[in-house]
Amino acid sequence: MSILIAVVTLATISILFGILLGYSSVKFHVEGDPVVDKIDAILPQTQCGQCTYPGCRPYAEAIMSGEANINQCPPGGEVTMLALSELLGLEPMALDEEHANEPEKTVVYIDEQICIGCTLCIQACPVDAILGAAKQMHTIIESECTGCDLCIPPCPVDCIHIRPVKVEPDTWRWPIPESAQTAPKA
Amino acid sequence: MTRSSQQLWHFHGGLKLDSNKAMSTASPIVKARLPKQLIIPTQQHIGEAGQLLVKVGDKVLKGQALTDCTEYVSAPIHAPTSGHIVEIAELPAPHPSGLNTLCVVLETDGEDKWLDLQPIRHPNTKSPAELRQLIRKAGIVGLGGAAFPTAVKVNPGPESHIETLIINGAECEPYISCDDMLMREYAQELVSGCGIIQYMVSATHCLIAVEDNKPEAISAIKAVIKERALHTIEVVSIPTLYPTGGEKQLIKVLTHKEVPSDGLPSDIGLLVQNVGTAVAVHKAIVLGEPLLSRIVTITGEGVNQPQNMDVLIGTPMSELIEQAGGYHADASKLIMGGPMMGFSLQTDHLPVTKGCNCLLVENTPPAPPATMPCIRCGACATVCPAQLLPQQLFWMASSKNFDLVQDYHLFDCIECGCCSQVCPSQIPLVQYYRFAKTEIWNQERDRIKSDHARVRHDFRQARMDREKVERAEKLRKKKELLEKKKQAEAAQKADGNEAQIDPKKAAIEAAMKRVQAKKAAQKTDSQSSQVNNQAGNDEK
Repeated sequence: MSILIAVVTLATISILFGILLGYSSVKFHVEGDPVVDKIDAILPQTQCGQCTYPGCRPYAEAIMSGEANINQCPPGGEVTMLALSELLGLEPMALDEEHANEPEKTVVYIDEQICIGCTLCIQACPVDAILGAAKQMHTIIESECTGCDLCIPPCPVDCIHIRPVKVEPDTWRWPIPESAQTAPKA
Repeated sequence: MTRSSQQLWHFHGGLKLDSNKAMSTASPIVKARLPKQLIIPTQQHIGEAGQLLVKVGDKVLKGQALTDCTEYVSAPIHAPTSGHIVEIAELPAPHPSGLNTLCVVLETDGEDKWLDLQPIRHPNTKSPAELRQLIRKAGIVGLGGAAFPTAVKVNPGPESHIETLIINGAECEPYISCDDMLMREYAQELVSGCGIIQYMVSATHCLIAVEDNKPEAISAIKAVIKERALHTIEVVSIPTLYPTGGEKQLIKVLTHKEVPSDGLPSDIGLLVQNVGTAVAVHKAIVLGEPLLSRIVTITGEGVNQPQNMDVLIGTPMSELIEQAGGYHADASKLIMGGPMMGFSLQTDHLPVTKGCNCLLVENTPPAPPATMPCIRCGACATVCPAQLLPQQLFWMASSKNFDLVQDYHLFDCIECGCCSQVCPSQIPLVQYYRFAKTEIWNQERDRIKSDHARVRHDFRQARMDREKVERAEKLRKKKELLEKKKQAEAAQKADGNEAQIDPKKAAIEAAMKRVQAKKAAQKTDSQSSQVNNQAGNDEK
């Protein structure tokens, strides 16, 4: 008899919790993957595709699914890789040799004398930073340009050139002291 | 009258340093010679640069505004003397980066002809807001070195009430003596300026804090206060200890209060202004003169005649050094600011700016002490006036752990240099903090930019998806329309054929019917006639 009571009690409890869990999974359902959002927030949003994925969000999804490594973002450099390793609890990885140094920030500009107004670059720009219309001269909105260089290959007349972002006294950074190379890591 | 009851407190740490001020205080302030050219950077303050009001070739009068500030945190610049504009270009300005900034080059005509000034003899007749506007137009910034626009600082907002105005005459950094000389020679103007600022922020009293190694300055100000019989302004002699002149440290010494970590002195009812700023306020209001010059200390073992000069903004530093007897034979390093917080300049072909309080020429041979590993002695933490853990900050900054370094309050560091000074391993600690601070600001800018790019990319993606759907929908509709048209045409065709066939058929049928009917009628006629004939025959 007592064993029956125990079985019934436990069964009741498990049914109740089952209902509760079932209800809350419907009620508190989270749309999308919040971790992908967090990864995406760390990525530099150049949408350049250098990671071999078509944009930052697809790369974030690929990292999440374990398909991609965290060291594939050249514009983000070491800082992004470290931030990703901290977020995901992964071991920091070495960047490819060519990306080991901090990437120089660049923007592109259009040589307006040469531009023929073909609109191909406008279609390529992932952030709508190019202004222009068919058979009209195009121009880059510099403040919106992420330096992804995706507009360069489609240009039929090679009128788009890369230019480094100018460092102003306001955006200038103190260099790390030379002795830092010998300092032990914390 | 020094309030005898004025109790003083101590801030944490600090250092007793050799002041080395006497070498530049022996002679009174000299007016610097008018140079041939003045190079005036458009941005000499914290905040945004103003919009240019002049162009190359313009003739300007002394005191005429060269830029106009539209942003709130901004300050205009003025022509320090009359002359004409010969160039507006990116030129080197005194900044640790050595980068160029937009400068207006003014060729002086030697006439020194003033613009019409509008002095206000009795500032109390104007509202604080009007006075603030005048200070803003006069281009006054904090002259202690930080160069923060004063009009912004004296407007703490309606929710904070300023009880005490503190005038900072501590000048704690070695070698610098421009504030000391200013207090000695401009005590009248200083006290008047204090009164104006006090009126503007409606502070109940005003403390002028001076380190006790400047007895001449203290007595000069005391004499003025006594002469004017002012009861709300007091001079407080404070112990000489570096960095007492730091805003937060001075507040601690005078009031025992601490400014919150990410707050301002106005949060605790205080406002701190430099003595030079107070004099500039007096000049701007009572004389109507904008900020055109400042006192600069030219000092150090590497210069022949150390002294203080009244210098027009934009004067090349090389001319000042020349007037101070030129460089000593073994001069090695030119520093803007003091030995603790200043930064070295690569060249002296740079203009004096509003924030330039001192030019220090060192002649110690540049033998950079070899940096040794940190031995964790903790001397840096003992002297830190902000009560930080410099050693921890150093580890984190050198390993680029920028999140953790902020958790350890990196941004409360005032970069006073006490930790570097006492470090037995000669680690340039402040350099690490400066590096970390600018890196963090850079990351913040990048984050804002990438967030912006994400929004734009998402928007573009959404727009393209929408266009795709719209195009598909359009295509579908077009197809539908075409289909309908086809169907309609087919139906019409069918209908049309019927209609075309029908009338003919009907006509034929009708005709045939008519023919048949006629035939039938003829038949019956002939039959009846036959019948009649038969009947007639029968009757016959």
